[in-house]
Amino acid sequence: MMKNPAPWSKRPKRFGIKPLLFALLWLAGSFCFLVDGVVDAKEDVFANDGLHDPQGPSFGELQRPDEAFVGFPTDTVGNKVRWVKALRDGAINPRTNIVPETKIKILDMDLILGNTGDNAFVLFPHRAHTEWLDCANCHPEPFKEKYGTSGIKMGAILEGKFCGKCHGAVAFPLTECARCHSVKPDTFRGKFGVQPVAKH
Amino acid sequence: MFNPLQNTNRRISPSVLFLVAVTFLLPASSGMAEYADVVLNRHAEAEGVRPVIYPHWFHRIRFRCKVCHHELGFEMKVGANDITMAAILDGKFCGMCHNEETAWGLEHCHRCHSGLPGLKTGIRGGDKAGGPGDY
Repeated sequence: MMKNPAPWSKRPKRFGIKPLLFALLWLAGSFCFLVDGVVDAKEDVFANDGLHDPQGPSFGELQRPDEAFVGFPTDTVGNKVRWVKALRDGAINPRTNIVPETKIKILDMDLILGNTGDNAFVLFPHRAHTEWLDCANCHPEPFKEKYGTSGIKMGAILEGKFCGKCHGAVAFPLTECARCHSVKPDTFRGKFGVQPVAKH
Repeated sequence: MFNPLQNTNRRISPSVLFLVAVTFLLPASSGMAEYADVVLNRHAEAEGVRPVIYPHWFHRIRFRCKVCHHELGFEMKVGANDITMAAILDGKFCGMCHNEETAWGLEHCHRCHSGLPGLKTGIRGGDKAGGPGDY
């Protein structure tokens, strides 16, 4: 036992000044990182991306994504660009074909896919997909054209099959569940498959 | 003796809260590939040139997916296309556009062969692309 207990032993302070000082020091350190990060980003996103070789003779000629995406509708994931919206709003106007004979087919038809377990049903918009892709990219592989015959499973999608061929690799990633699982089962009274009226 | 573990009236210190907040406000680490960048290095380094970096984002600003994945015949799976420089020079794959007509020509080797030595073939992505998929 202590003979002369320190003043704080009677009424122990929960926390002294030390944690506060530590926090301030931490903040100062973080601020340096923050400033450093911002400056780096403005300087060059390719300089330290673990991909491009700054010694490459054409390193300086390459367009940087942060320059290219200026004015595009923003997203929170992927390229941080809402590509479908960018196309519809006219922020971009990518070519549909380079071979003059290629037929451009846009299909405005929604599907609702049931059998989604505890999740919301899936609304699949053909229009958004055919604005970018040709029918043959998805049909007959990996998706058969008749509703309910392809055996789509979420596990397979997560392994890069079906929707996962693009979503999670180049289109918005599979972390965005609700963008596909968007139809609440408790309010849906229609039939699965092709929807009578397109909803946009 | 003061033992913080015996202090039953503890609350979370504002300093600790502050620390936690500051930690989460730290900027995400830089040094990430752009989402859907593809590294092609099956032949490149073995042939003495840098690996190829194919930026999906750059191309989709200018072309819809179907131009390359339908008209040009690129399979939608890394490794499924045996892209050789000979085939490109022959007007296949990249060579369908990179011919000084649709896009700049093949004399600009280093615009594509721009990767760091030792990169492995595969699809990259700075943001959530690194899932378990067999892309």
